[in-house]
Amino acid sequence: MNTLLKQKKVDNKTSVKPDIKENNQTKSEAAMDKNVFEVNNLNLWYGNDQALYEINMNVPQNKVTAIIGPSGCGKSTYLKTLNRMVEMVPIVKTSGSIQYNGEDIFSDKHSVEGLRTKVGMVFQKPNPFPKSIYDNIAYGPRIHGVKKKAVLDQIVEKSLRDAAIWDEVKDRLDENAFGLSGGQQQRVCIARALAIEPDVILMDEPTSALDPISTLKVEELVQELKKKYSIIIVTHNMQQAARISDKTAFFLNGELIEFADTDHLFSNPTDKRTEDYISGRFG
Amino acid sequence: MPTREHFSEELEKLKTDIRELAEDTKQALVIAIEALHNRDVKKAKQIIEDDHLIDEKEEDINEKVMILIAKQQPVATDLRRLIIAIKITNDLERMADHAKNISKATIHLGEDHPISIHPGIREMADVAFNMVDIAQKAFMLEDISFAQKLSEMDDIIDEKYGKMIRELLELTANNPDQIQYLMQMAYSARYIERFADHITNIGEEIFFLVKGRTYDLNE
Repeated sequence: MNTLLKQKKVDNKTSVKPDIKENNQTKSEAAMDKNVFEVNNLNLWYGNDQALYEINMNVPQNKVTAIIGPSGCGKSTYLKTLNRMVEMVPIVKTSGSIQYNGEDIFSDKHSVEGLRTKVGMVFQKPNPFPKSIYDNIAYGPRIHGVKKKAVLDQIVEKSLRDAAIWDEVKDRLDENAFGLSGGQQQRVCIARALAIEPDVILMDEPTSALDPISTLKVEELVQELKKKYSIIIVTHNMQQAARISDKTAFFLNGELIEFADTDHLFSNPTDKRTEDYISGRFG
Repeated sequence: MPTREHFSEELEKLKTDIRELAEDTKQALVIAIEALHNRDVKKAKQIIEDDHLIDEKEEDINEKVMILIAKQQPVATDLRRLIIAIKITNDLERMADHAKNISKATIHLGEDHPISIHPGIREMADVAFNMVDIAQKAFMLEDISFAQKLSEMDDIIDEKYGKMIRELLELTANNPDQIQYLMQMAYSARYIERFADHITNIGEEIFFLVKGRTYDLNE
């Protein structure tokens, strides 16, 4: 036999050249993926401190994209840039472009409110309004002008069903949402985000304040939601990223180090820094 | 303090366990080949009797790996390290079985058989011993250049095996009364050839560890 390695051609063995640096996404796959966000050369500063450096990262439609990285790496900042929430900090400056469904989110043609209607957000701590469960969900649609009780009833039921909490709350819709458990409150907040029919749901560590069972319920829910929505989730829980996401981005010190299919990133990452981080050997 | 120091220590211990098992397996073959040459039925029986010790070590390593996976939830290279630990251990256990099979052939031949041991047996075994040493280096250093050497050495064994079988077939034709003995010789050669295939598998497993992809060194 030639001393050079021969690679098996059977199905369960690889038949690609032994260069691990290759992109794990084929061209045809890339062509099939539609991106909900296209981010190019994004830089962001808080005053004089740069928090994001030249981020190029396209977010695929109807997929779960996880963002991982140590504290202060810029992952939450990146997330909040996508619906321009980051601009609530007055000293923020950005450069580069972010396109949402092919349109520049910073363009004067589009309102921030319009963007946030399409790009909803769920936060780390459940933050229901001090109102009934029903009113929490109906809040957004009412602001958008929905007044008919029958229509609101429909939206409330559909949103709660989509957030996998309808069966748990259907008999107590008039009760205050604060009376629910943390996990239930978080799913009510997800339902509230769904009620205004967004395209994208941004989730900033949505399970970090929840117990393990509630966490798994939210994770299951995310799998269901991706059929209708594109989801971007920032998480400190790497196993969670591995379990629920299709693609994973690893941020470090404001840079996007690696962005790849989750299967690839957690089994054979290309960058040593990614490997060190996901293996818990950082620092 | 470096992160996951405890886990790293556990991985090192596991490596040491596997290297010891590889050494035991090699010794089993060394003794089996000596017993075959010396018509030492007693020693051959001892190899068979002691095989359970290797089986127990295999089980022990597999259990440790399972506990580490459950408790440490490894990913990427760490996960591959643990997966190949199970596979290598399984290969080593099968290699020891082949030493046991050679010992069975020694027992079948008995102390008074009329044939001399074919020199190809010693030649193949010497290459196989060398392969175990190189596999250990490849494993401990996680170095694929050593692993690649195993593929070349396996080819040498295959060649020697083919040559020996052809010669044994000729001997069989000329000495039909010795067929039962010559068959045991051919079996023994086959067991060494299989032993070497398992070492080559270990080379593949080290490739998988380092590259994250599967390669075939056995073709």
